[in-house]
Amino acid sequence: MVNKLDDALRFQQTALTLRAGRQELLAANIANADTPNFKARDIDFAGALQNALAGTSGKLPAAQTSPAHLEAGTGSSVMGAPVLYRRPIQPTADGNTVDMDVERAEFADNALRYEASVKFISEDIKQIMQAIQG
Amino acid sequence: MSLFNIFNVAGSAMTAQSQRLNVVASNLANADSTTSANGQPYHAKQVVFSATQVGAGDAQGVKVLAVVEDNAPMKMVYDPKHPMANEQGYVAMPNVNVVDEMVNMISASRAYQNNVEVLNTSKTLLIKTLTIGQ
Repeated sequence: MVNKLDDALRFQQTALTLRAGRQELLAANIANADTPNFKARDIDFAGALQNALAGTSGKLPAAQTSPAHLEAGTGSSVMGAPVLYRRPIQPTADGNTVDMDVERAEFADNALRYEASVKFISEDIKQIMQAIQG
Repeated sequence: MSLFNIFNVAGSAMTAQSQRLNVVASNLANADSTTSANGQPYHAKQVVFSATQVGAGDAQGVKVLAVVEDNAPMKMVYDPKHPMANEQGYVAMPNVNVVDEMVNMISASRAYQNNVEVLNTSKTLLIKTLTIGQ
């Protein structure tokens, strides 16, 4: 029974956690808009959500056949989804790849989708309550 | 909780930008200071930003790595009546570029505003999160 309740909410819960993680990355991009050599970062949300729901990792495994080989996939991640670097549209001379228009648009978009997920999860809970109380 | 870390990220950026604004104010105020405590004309100062780890997440905030002195040559102005004039009648004026400083000021002000927006959005999202299940 508890499992079924868990399952009913799992999708939105996973989506919310990923959205919150992405929001943090976008906030860091905006914060470092004037930092020389800072590279803007983001995650592939669709892929990350699929992997998180399937319980798989989006990272490519690499076989280590020698102790001198470096370990693959040790970079930072959000819920197992690798943090990627954004391809700059207008690279700057100081090596910074933050495009403020892109970041602000993504930040607003992500915030709205976070709010949508909050709304959806609230409605899910309301439905379950209705089923319990009749 | 990554949404809480956004406060640290955006807060660090706001601190860094306000420090930059402080340096701009100092440079503009001393644009005509031909002498200082060490007898030398005022040297323009610039902040150096650096990305830094804040909190437990992957997202990086900003810190002021150093405040460096601009080593551009002093502006030599011909004014034989000036008390600081040398034998040739030239006065060494500070190497403050007022146009650069005005641009810096606008950039710092806009970056600060951006981070205030980020902070406000995160606050709204957190408040919305608290309404889940109500």
